[in-house]
Amino acid sequence: MKRVYAKEAYCLGCRLCEIHCIVTHSKSKKIIKAYRTERDHLVPGMHVEDSGSVSFALQCRHCDDAPCIEACIAGAMQRDSRTGAVVCDEDRCVGCWSCIMVCPAGAVRRGRRGKVVSKCDLCAGEETPACVLHCPNEALHYEER
Amino acid sequence: MRPWLIQPEFEIERDLDRCIRCQVCVRQCANDAHEYDSEDDVVSAHSIRCVGCHRCATLCPTDAIRIKQAELDFRSHACWTPSVIRNIYKQAESGGILLSGMGNDRPYRNYWDRMVLNAAQVTNPSIDPLREPMELTTFLGRKPDKVEVAPTRGGLALKTVLAPQLELALPIMFSAMSYGSISLNASLALARAAYEEGTFANSGEGGLHKSIYPYADAMIVQVASGRFGVNVDYLNRSAAVEIKIGQGAKPGIGGHLPGEKVDAAVSETRMIPENSDALSPAPHHDIYSIEDLKQLIYAIKEAIRYAKPVCVKIAAVHNVAAIASGCVRAGADIVAIDGFRGGTGAAPTMIRDNVGIPIELALAAVDERLREEGIRNRASIVVAGGMRCSADVVKAIALGADAVYIGSAALIAMGCHMCQKCYTGKCNWGIATQDPYLTKRLNPEVAERRLRNLLRSWGLEIKEMLGGMGVNAIESLRGNREHLRGVGLSDSELRALGIKQAGVGA
Amino acid sequence: MKNDDYLILGNSTAAVAAIEAIRAVDCATPITLVSRESWHTYSRPLISYLLAGELDEQRMYYRAPDFYRAHKVTPHLGVTATRIDPENRVVMTDRDQALPFARLLIATGGKAIRPPLEGTDAQGVFTFISWDDIRAIDAWIAACAAGGAPPRAVIVGAGLIGLKALEAFRARDLETVVVEREDRVLPLSLDKQGSALVEQAIENAGAEILCGTCVNRILKDDAGRVTGVAIETGRTIPCELVILATGVAPDTTLVQGTSIKTDRGILIDRRCMTSVDGLYAAGDVAQGMDSLSGASRPLPLFPNAFRQGRVAGTNMAGGQAALGGCFPMNAVEVFGLPVISMGLSTASGDGFTVLDRKNPTAPSYRRVVLRDNRVVGAVFIGDIERAGILTGLMRGRVDVSGIAETLLTDDFGLLSLPADYRKHVVQGEGIEV
Repeated sequence: MKRVYAKEAYCLGCRLCEIHCIVTHSKSKKIIKAYRTERDHLVPGMHVEDSGSVSFALQCRHCDDAPCIEACIAGAMQRDSRTGAVVCDEDRCVGCWSCIMVCPAGAVRRGRRGKVVSKCDLCAGEETPACVLHCPNEALHYEER
Repeated sequence: MRPWLIQPEFEIERDLDRCIRCQVCVRQCANDAHEYDSEDDVVSAHSIRCVGCHRCATLCPTDAIRIKQAELDFRSHACWTPSVIRNIYKQAESGGILLSGMGNDRPYRNYWDRMVLNAAQVTNPSIDPLREPMELTTFLGRKPDKVEVAPTRGGLALKTVLAPQLELALPIMFSAMSYGSISLNASLALARAAYEEGTFANSGEGGLHKSIYPYADAMIVQVASGRFGVNVDYLNRSAAVEIKIGQGAKPGIGGHLPGEKVDAAVSETRMIPENSDALSPAPHHDIYSIEDLKQLIYAIKEAIRYAKPVCVKIAAVHNVAAIASGCVRAGADIVAIDGFRGGTGAAPTMIRDNVGIPIELALAAVDERLREEGIRNRASIVVAGGMRCSADVVKAIALGADAVYIGSAALIAMGCHMCQKCYTGKCNWGIATQDPYLTKRLNPEVAERRLRNLLRSWGLEIKEMLGGMGVNAIESLRGNREHLRGVGLSDSELRALGIKQAGVGA
Repeated sequence: MKNDDYLILGNSTAAVAAIEAIRAVDCATPITLVSRESWHTYSRPLISYLLAGELDEQRMYYRAPDFYRAHKVTPHLGVTATRIDPENRVVMTDRDQALPFARLLIATGGKAIRPPLEGTDAQGVFTFISWDDIRAIDAWIAACAAGGAPPRAVIVGAGLIGLKALEAFRARDLETVVVEREDRVLPLSLDKQGSALVEQAIENAGAEILCGTCVNRILKDDAGRVTGVAIETGRTIPCELVILATGVAPDTTLVQGTSIKTDRGILIDRRCMTSVDGLYAAGDVAQGMDSLSGASRPLPLFPNAFRQGRVAGTNMAGGQAALGGCFPMNAVEVFGLPVISMGLSTASGDGFTVLDRKNPTAPSYRRVVLRDNRVVGAVFIGDIERAGILTGLMRGRVDVSGIAETLLTDDFGLLSLPADYRKHVVQGEGIEV
């Protein structure tokens, strides 16, 4: 299956990927409106790790043997049979944080809406995930390896 | 305290209705011109630090930023212009030389803009480049005085031994930009793009970094007065060698790469100690006469076993025709002339803006002189210094050039916004810097693609213009001044360029 | 039922994981499932959320309603297995069934440890393990409230179960006291500093904690209803509801007297196979190896149960799976304070290097335990982001000499780790265990 791979050498650390992740998953899908009205309860599903001159964007790896699916007590972490992505059903999530405890990439974050977890969902089967599309330096690639 | 009398040159305008406080501008500005106040949740600007590079405006996801020239108006004065006044303020403050990057920005007459091209009509049909082959292939090198052929069974074979030639798929090459003044990613992109498009890139005086070795067949390596990176392997690892006598942006003076930009990789490539200033002296200290130049040219030819052309690069100055003639007679296979609009990483502003002559006039003079002396075939002429578009290329070839070098245009294709602050080492586009945080911004794969696109698009346009003139090979245009006419030029300028006035005569 | 069929005893995490693993490779051979509880498979850890009123019954179910049908499983719910005959490969149930099998998975779970106290048989005294427990507690609370006043509660044990029960009771606004024998709450997971933060959160939520003391006796009235507990200090705490939360042990009654070897739990090897070929065990009933302490011990945790179930199922279906590193790990949120602990989180002394950092202003604490330059234990309280990266380092036994100082920083992340490890995590398909 296709996954997002980041090239550390080309990441600017600008975080436009995080911004567009938020916009794509907002209700309004319009950047100014989303930031004005929905900012308080949106956390990007992926994040940029950044230390001076080295940075890269980290998305959920959608592991074949996903430890988060094993650990989820509410059955909220599931495999989307169509895309192969690991997605979190936010309605089932109870915020126990077991997934955060087991993700070896640190790709799951606490959401802002109280308890629910925020995680990359490969933009729910869009042709190209938003982060890949909007990276100004082509540091993110969506491909099968 | 802020330096006295120094005002912002640019104003950063932020549309607060569009600003979403994402802080991309804050993170991306190498000059720290944007700042986020988390208490008030607002992004504000320090316009004094803005150099007008547009990095912030380009990356802003809501297009909330506009960069304008600063509004501080002086009472209008044709002689004491605002820029002249500001320069004096700077010098009164610093006591030092004013520095600039890129090329001459003064409003000297641009002769390309006053020459027009012909098109074929009625008596001489034009050619459609989509339906007929159009030859742009160009050979640079010494051409023989005569050609002897001998009959063979199949037809004719060439008896004359040709001097080594560079074969270009189109008459455009990337001009000399040293690794050290530009980033490794930029150098790599130039080398790869030239390699893939069948043309050449000039290494500049910074030596050849090992990651560029695979593309050595597309590289013209430069031997400049500092001799950085020069040894026999360097000379052999190339398609041609260029001796740099002068540079259009700063004729007569040498070069200086500050020690801070000499990191481990630059040090290894230039073969100088890390963090030491890289000084290129004004003259080559072993070239004090034309005979010395001949000696160096042949020393290099010996070292490369006469297998490749040797080029000499000179700046366009007043007696450029005589100098060019001397270079040709000294054995140069190619003479590259850099006009006064040529770019640079750093030059004293006064020299950049006031020394040297326009390449258009230099080219016309050199081509004319070499033809008069009957030695035009002994060397190809390559021109540089402000080639902005394919029309400039076509006009240059019509005036007599064999090919052109592009420098600033290539950098602009990679993202340069001509802010002229290259000498600070804080190029926000990752081009004229060695700072690893900034050099990542130039993705060499993307840069290579854009350079290749630039070459391809100019190549297509040249074919269109040639076809329009009824010419199907670039050879037929070379030095053919009949295809040019002048508009808005004085009689002496027309004579200097060797072209006729538009609209008059046949 | 034919003789090459699969038989699974148990209906929780390990059983579900095993079914999914089997069906990933074998879509045809029938699977039969026997479960003492009569509910569709549900998630045990969610019972406290249910009691607290944070979710409804629908969300309790661990898999979709058509799970058994979709996976071609024949469930016998509300049926108890009474005897296993490993030699003849048959299981007897309390419905007088004799179920033959070719491959068996025992995933019958654990039972609450009932402390040997006088009065544990009083009405109003409950364990906190199953949905049935919750139903009973809920009914009792309603009965008390109908009788005049909501019950006051005492929870014996401040481990994970005790604290989750406490949260549920505070959500229902019940006055509650917690009594813990050790000197701190969550004694198996947290050190003193970490526990102190949790105790603060508990007190801020209006509950009372008594550490370093234990319950001597549960008091009841003539009708047999609980009226209070007497603790070691001499104090008597009046209450109408008592929760026994002193631990969980594997329930091995079913295999006693058979050739299946047990210790505290049913002993399994790295393939989750028991001492009898073709018989597997997984989940809270099993006892494997703790890869960090080197000890053989049960590890009754949700992720471990799932993993064991998956390995057992894969092997039962003819595959080759093995357990990698297994160690304790827990993630819980106690009154808004997230708490994560992994591995030998409380270890100190010879051979161990302990690094810790407490944020002076916010309730945030991190503790990392190293042995031989490898991470063997960690505690994250408050700021839990990216804790999983350390779990990955523990599983992979990655040498962290040279970067040990970065483990405690706020921005510790993949960038703090060597580029090779980072590439392996990000470019590979996931962790290799």
